[in-house]
Amino acid sequence: MPANTENTAKMTPGRAAAVEALRDVARVPGSPKPDPILVADQVSRQFGGLKAVDVTHVEIQRGAITALIGPNGAGKTTLFNLLTGFDNPDSGEWTFNKTPVAGKAPYRLARMGMVRTFQLTKALSRMTVMDNMLLGASGQSGERVFKALLPFTWKAQERANTDRAMELLGRFNLDAKIGDFAGSLSGGQRKLLEMARALMVGPEIVMLDEPMAGVNPALTQSLLGHIKNIREEGTTVLFVEHDMDMVHDISDWVIVMAQGQIIAEGPPDAVMKDPQVIEAYLGSRHGSALTADGASLTDDSQGGTT
Amino acid sequence: MDIGQVFTLTITQAFGVTALIYLFAAIGLNVQFGYTGLLNFGQVAFVAAGAYAVGVIVLTFDLSLWLSIIVALITSTLLALLLGIPTLRLRADYLAIVTIAASELLRLLVRSIAFKDVFGGAQGLNGKLGQEFHDLNPLPTDFTLPLLSWSRQDLWVVIVGWSLALLFTLFVWGLVRSPWGRVVKGIREDEDAVVSLGKNVFVYKLQALIIGGGIAAFGGILWAVAKQSVQPDTFQPDFTFFVFTILLLGGAARVFGPIVGTVIFWFLLAGFGEVLSSLINNGYIAFLTPTDVGSIRFMLMGLGLMLLMIFRPQGIFGDRRELALDAR
Ligand SMILES: Nc1ncnc2c1ncn2[C@@H]1O[C@H](COP(=O)(O)OP(=O)(O)OP(=O)(O)O)[C@@H](O)[C@H]1O
Ligand SMILES: [Mg+2]
Repeated sequence: MPANTENTAKMTPGRAAAVEALRDVARVPGSPKPDPILVADQVSRQFGGLKAVDVTHVEIQRGAITALIGPNGAGKTTLFNLLTGFDNPDSGEWTFNKTPVAGKAPYRLARMGMVRTFQLTKALSRMTVMDNMLLGASGQSGERVFKALLPFTWKAQERANTDRAMELLGRFNLDAKIGDFAGSLSGGQRKLLEMARALMVGPEIVMLDEPMAGVNPALTQSLLGHIKNIREEGTTVLFVEHDMDMVHDISDWVIVMAQGQIIAEGPPDAVMKDPQVIEAYLGSRHGSALTADGASLTDDSQGGTT
Repeated sequence: MDIGQVFTLTITQAFGVTALIYLFAAIGLNVQFGYTGLLNFGQVAFVAAGAYAVGVIVLTFDLSLWLSIIVALITSTLLALLLGIPTLRLRADYLAIVTIAASELLRLLVRSIAFKDVFGGAQGLNGKLGQEFHDLNPLPTDFTLPLLSWSRQDLWVVIVGWSLALLFTLFVWGLVRSPWGRVVKGIREDEDAVVSLGKNVFVYKLQALIIGGGIAAFGGILWAVAKQSVQPDTFQPDFTFFVFTILLLGGAARVFGPIVGTVIFWFLLAGFGEVLSSLINNGYIAFLTPTDVGSIRFMLMGLGLMLLMIFRPQGIFGDRRELALDAR
């Protein structure tokens, strides 16, 4: 494939490595990856009669940007909640860096390096932007109650964290806002703050639930740049996004969910041409596709009989 | 009517022993509710734990007052664990329900006949509870204050009480400006966000409950020592609600909120009472008797609180900008 090698040559090292690693991965749901950071098996979650998530197998490649797409209500956020421990599955096992982590408390998963953001932004309103950021820093000795009263034990660390926070805020165009209450930021700025705060933790994988929603087009471009940078620094990115152009622009791999299941996987170009994917999207947008209705009907009847 | 006398009586109460008891409870509640956002509706239970620890250790077991202070802190810590462990993983309202129920349960327990030998039943424990403390009083025996109507004994309690209260205020100030304080404030704002950043929220909430309870227990210790008596029915749920009033009055999540709130609360409460009594006694208000004063002053207090919530919901020291953020 001479064309392909030519392409990789023009890419940034992180992008090239991701493309290279994913080149030979089968383009089928649940395909195994060469170096998965996250592997999930049989993860399911039911809300009443509705099976919100029913994932047989999925692997997320380390060091790549993976997009998780799918129509509204596909179960993307629920899957995020399950994988990060914020919700408990009805069944399922998953490993992070080969360690089984099902049932672990969400704060433990975050400490292990799996940090997520929320679709409905959670800015800590009555705290300053800087305090929001500093809260993200991990391993702070001043967060221990007995050391809290001895500032000399944590002042140096605090200064280092402040510098790092400043650097990140600068990247996200929030450096003019450090002293403002987070609650006074606009919706888009809050999204940025939440993302910067997640990066303060120093995650191995960052899971962003619609990071671009409400961010203006000009800033979106630079945000895309930031996300690419995160990958260049070696952090794995898994993100949910509805805007196909954006997904196309930055992702190395795309996973498509519909009705709780993974229906397709592959590089952006291939996935977006997949008739199944187009159908899932259009079907649910128009609310008239027979397959979508048929599938939810079978789900319901299964829920009723079991 | 003697305006000077009304004023000194009012000041005496605004800075007096009873006010101090409420102040300790309010400083504790500020850690729990003001900074961490814990809806502890049973603060009175921690005060009772402190007071009864002194009563039981000193009177029932005839041991040292100083030992009873340690026991008081252990008791309040155990109480915090008992209330917190089952509820702090759940939604915020569970703690509220459990704490208010537990505080009543505790009151009924200590006043029950079954434990009369230990807790003294409905009469409580009365005797020389604070002797060891009052023996240390450095004030001359013939000492009298020029203006304020504190006895030598009360003044000693007031001096030590206010010093301790300032110390605890300093302690809280140190805590909340530290990274620890940042975490608990984050919990108040949004627990899930803090969890997502890798903090063990449950432990922080428990710590805040324990610290706030321990400070409140000092209110109970002071109570037992100053009044030389511990009675179950003084620890009714309304105590907790007055503490909330004080905190909101001074401004929650302000280091000096509890002090400002306490002084203003008792100044107004005592002021209403003294003015009203002297008006009634001098025949200016014919349709009331001096016995009505007690309840009327609380009605006025309630009215005052309503006005405060309407016109200055952030409290006296609060920052209105912060409240405006909630509406978004
Ligand atoms: N707590 C809940 N209780 C009941 N049903 C829920 C709950 N959370 C999610 N669901 C349902 O599960 C399904 C999947 O929801 P989820 O939020 O995961 O979708 P999504 O893929 O993130 O959608 P969107 O793109 O709109 O954010 C939806 O049908 C939703 O109604
Ligand atoms: Mg979602």
